[in-house]
Amino acid sequence: MKSAAFWGALAAIFAAGLALTGAVANEYYYNALYLILQAALMAIAWNILGGFTGYVNFGSAGFFAIGAYTTVALNKALGLPLPLLILAGGAVGGLVGLGLGYLTLRLKGVYFAIATLAMAIVIETLVINWSYVGGAKGTYILTPEKHLWFDSYIQMLFVVMLLLTLAAVAISRMLSSSRIGRGLAAIRDDEVAAECAGVPTLRLKLVSTTVMGAMMGVAGAPFPFFVTFVDPSSAFNLFIAVNAIAMPMIGGTAHWLGPVIGALLVGTTQEIVKVTVSSEMNVLIVGVMLVVFITLAPQGIVGLARKHLRRRKP
Amino acid sequence: MFSADLLANAVVAGILLGGFYAAVAIGLAIVFGQLDIVNIAHPAFIIVGAYIAYILNSRFGFDPVLVGLLAAPAFFFVGALIYRVYFLAFERTGQESLSGLAFFFGVMFIIEVVLILIYGVDYRLVQAGYIGQTWRIGFVDFPLRMLVPFAVSAALTAAIYAYMSHTFMGRAIQAVAQDRLALQLMGADPVRIKQWAFGLGIATAAIAGSLLIIIGPVEPSVGRLYIGRAFAIVVLGGMGSIKGMFIAALILGIVESMVATFAGPSWSPAVAFGVLALTLALRPAGLFGRQ
Amino acid sequence: MTHSRRKWLLISVALAAAAALAAPLAHAQQKPIKIGFSMALTGGLAGGGKGALISMEIWRDDVNKKGGLLGRPVALVYYDDATQPANVPGIYTKLLEVDKVDLVVSGYGTNLIAPAMPIIMRKKLVFPALFGLGANEEFKYDRYFQIMPAGPAPKLDWSKGFFELAMEQNPKPKSVAIVAADAEFALNAAEGARANAKKLKLDIVYDKTYPPATTDFTPIVRAIQATSPDIVYVGSYPPDSVGMVKAASEVGLKTKMFGGGMVGLQFAAIQKNLGPLLNGIVNYDFWVPEPTLNFPGVNEFLAKYRVAAKDKGVDPFGHYLPPYSYAYLEVLGQAVEATKSLDHSKLAAYMHKTTFDTVVGKVKFGKNGEWARTRTLQVQFRDVQPDNLEQFAGPGKRIVLYPKEWKSGNIVFPYKQ
Repeated sequence: MKSAAFWGALAAIFAAGLALTGAVANEYYYNALYLILQAALMAIAWNILGGFTGYVNFGSAGFFAIGAYTTVALNKALGLPLPLLILAGGAVGGLVGLGLGYLTLRLKGVYFAIATLAMAIVIETLVINWSYVGGAKGTYILTPEKHLWFDSYIQMLFVVMLLLTLAAVAISRMLSSSRIGRGLAAIRDDEVAAECAGVPTLRLKLVSTTVMGAMMGVAGAPFPFFVTFVDPSSAFNLFIAVNAIAMPMIGGTAHWLGPVIGALLVGTTQEIVKVTVSSEMNVLIVGVMLVVFITLAPQGIVGLARKHLRRRKP
Repeated sequence: MFSADLLANAVVAGILLGGFYAAVAIGLAIVFGQLDIVNIAHPAFIIVGAYIAYILNSRFGFDPVLVGLLAAPAFFFVGALIYRVYFLAFERTGQESLSGLAFFFGVMFIIEVVLILIYGVDYRLVQAGYIGQTWRIGFVDFPLRMLVPFAVSAALTAAIYAYMSHTFMGRAIQAVAQDRLALQLMGADPVRIKQWAFGLGIATAAIAGSLLIIIGPVEPSVGRLYIGRAFAIVVLGGMGSIKGMFIAALILGIVESMVATFAGPSWSPAVAFGVLALTLALRPAGLFGRQ
Repeated sequence: MTHSRRKWLLISVALAAAAALAAPLAHAQQKPIKIGFSMALTGGLAGGGKGALISMEIWRDDVNKKGGLLGRPVALVYYDDATQPANVPGIYTKLLEVDKVDLVVSGYGTNLIAPAMPIIMRKKLVFPALFGLGANEEFKYDRYFQIMPAGPAPKLDWSKGFFELAMEQNPKPKSVAIVAADAEFALNAAEGARANAKKLKLDIVYDKTYPPATTDFTPIVRAIQATSPDIVYVGSYPPDSVGMVKAASEVGLKTKMFGGGMVGLQFAAIQKNLGPLLNGIVNYDFWVPEPTLNFPGVNEFLAKYRVAAKDKGVDPFGHYLPPYSYAYLEVLGQAVEATKSLDHSKLAAYMHKTTFDTVVGKVKFGKNGEWARTRTLQVQFRDVQPDNLEQFAGPGKRIVLYPKEWKSGNIVFPYKQ
């Protein structure tokens, strides 16, 4: 996609989002859209490490919760405004991501994946035993009365999330189509060979784990204001981790557009199924979609589309 | 509150618990440790085993361990079948690392939800004569609810260990992880061997499931609680070493039990995974690794 | 199939269709009154949530049989929250904005009530709530009505009876151990127990929490035993309640009173499995089939429940939660009928000043929306036989010790025979 067209598309989507808040008052749609965007942001973040370098992160929910609990703690201690809380969530998530990056020095492949899972459990245990943020009991966050010029707080949250997701799309595209992206792909294909060829593998891996951690922290930061009640079981929900993995795999991990497509498709299906059938069917659908896609279309939807295009223009 | 009998009981309780963990982890020690297949759905298969034990126990009063043993061959075939799919879709095309992982992730959720749709989310329990009895030797307690799973698990581990080191198939399984070519020269088909090994791994889940439901109530999603522990044990034990896995399981059990007794149970998961993280950082090949 | 038989089939189908159409015809000119809520139909609390839904449907059918509310039929509109608090705001937003429900009630459990509160408060709706422990403490919302009879100070009242009973005994207990699961309800129960113990100058010799994912409880029970407490107060969820009771019997826990806030011991399936291990345990409950709690209408309700619950994978007898799930709609329905309106401020005012007659007896709300007086029962398991489900259907197995007004027997103390 040409650069001008790309930025134009982002601007158009944002404008459409703003126009929507002017036209539609029904809060339910913003609720659903917020959840889809949140999932998209998580999927984009996961793909920056998982898709671009091949390091699988099972602990996405841990990073998400770091963002959410940074908000809870700072909101309680200082009462910071939302933009600062999002920055803080991103900063803490990025720092933990950096630490995770150093783990890749010693841990490859599956070992790394399991270390991320262990990390999420350790963080969850810490939060459970940290009574200031509510501990295992959970804590309430009252939605602030002010919501700029929007009709309701959820409308504002939706616009904030839209902005964050579009920013993540831009960052993800920048990373994948730059020299960094080629370096990351080299790591995914053969890390030792890349190292030998002079690719600064450690630095690149640190960049991608940090960006991933920061994005997930950012995704979690507004969450407490969205649910108004945060407890470890909802912030560290395994379903968040599953979605973060499944959506890029379904959309296609090799391309920056993959996780976005996957998130829109799976997220929308989930929101519809949640109210029409049942929440449990939701999980089943993600599971089945995941298995079907990776066995039959391992390159995801983007891969299928590419194959199709190639066939049409021989 | 520190006393000799408390310490002795904490250690014994830890050993019994660790023995049970070994039953949960042994299938992964084969599948993940030897074949490098990241079967994250293994605990979900264990839950299926637990439900089969529950159904036959509540309907006909069969002993759960017996049910586990009877169900194992069926699990073996299901496992072999799943490996076929896995091989055709991923291994053959060299996609196994990332896609394979996601595949089993999906399988785990499918199993869980199907169980929920059929049986709901209520906790299920079994009944057996030995549940609730305790043997007391000196001041040390051996609750049979924990001792029976320990004994079955120890026997299972010993059997698998003997199988791996004394039979042709067992040695072939160990070889397939290390040197495919040599195996082919010996006239063995690596795919068939891996299929056999995968089936064996899943078959242990039937037995582990029956032990799980002896110890406590089971509902479809409790399997998730064991994903971290089971992988931790296999990694700690050094990937594929059956002996190492058993010792690692005991260590994890004892650590959890000691922390629960002396420091406060709320810290035991963090301590257990702290041990794992430390091992990974200092000795990535695990305690008994094949470096 | 022969020709004439097909014809018969067609006729009977047509007749059935006509009958089905005719039934709601009586109300057809009136739009139904919609009551919206989220309910845990899957996930951790689904066992209770599904039982609650069955009870609520029984209420709807009962009311519609009598001609509905304000002459309009009643319809329930609900979505599964999967026991996930994060789902709740979306569900209530949808109920109010898309389904345009007239009235709302809460889902089951504190964690699923609290996330709905900000939305409900913004719209100033009357909010009858189902089994939340102190869910209104932070919000202090004046249109919140909790049907669970915990009492005006829910966290304290939860264990007040347990400790009062203990202090009446001879010899008087001096020390207490408190152990709780690391999760919302259990921690609140433990907090109340701690406060009650301090008030009574009991020595707290053990006070720890454990993660809900605990597999083996014997180390915990042994650590408790090592402090030799006179009484042991437990705040736990179903799987750990089972683990705790089994571990206590295996370790041979020596204490004079054991129990308190164990969720799960109210459910028939768990009672059957634990059998005689339960004997002597003193635990909270809200309704048991003792003669002192035989309120008008409750047996009729339970009879309907037992039929409806058959093969649905829910508690077969419907003690504990189901009568209250029926009652919180009864309260709402009575308020609508009495005020002849769906005006939420009128409903709230009426609900604050009225004493309601329901299947769970007389219900009077206090200022904070909790019951004006506590009716948290302390019951003791007695004479429980192994492997027998039917025994729990009738009286004699769970003796009410507290409050005095509802007492059906005396405590056996100390608890181990």
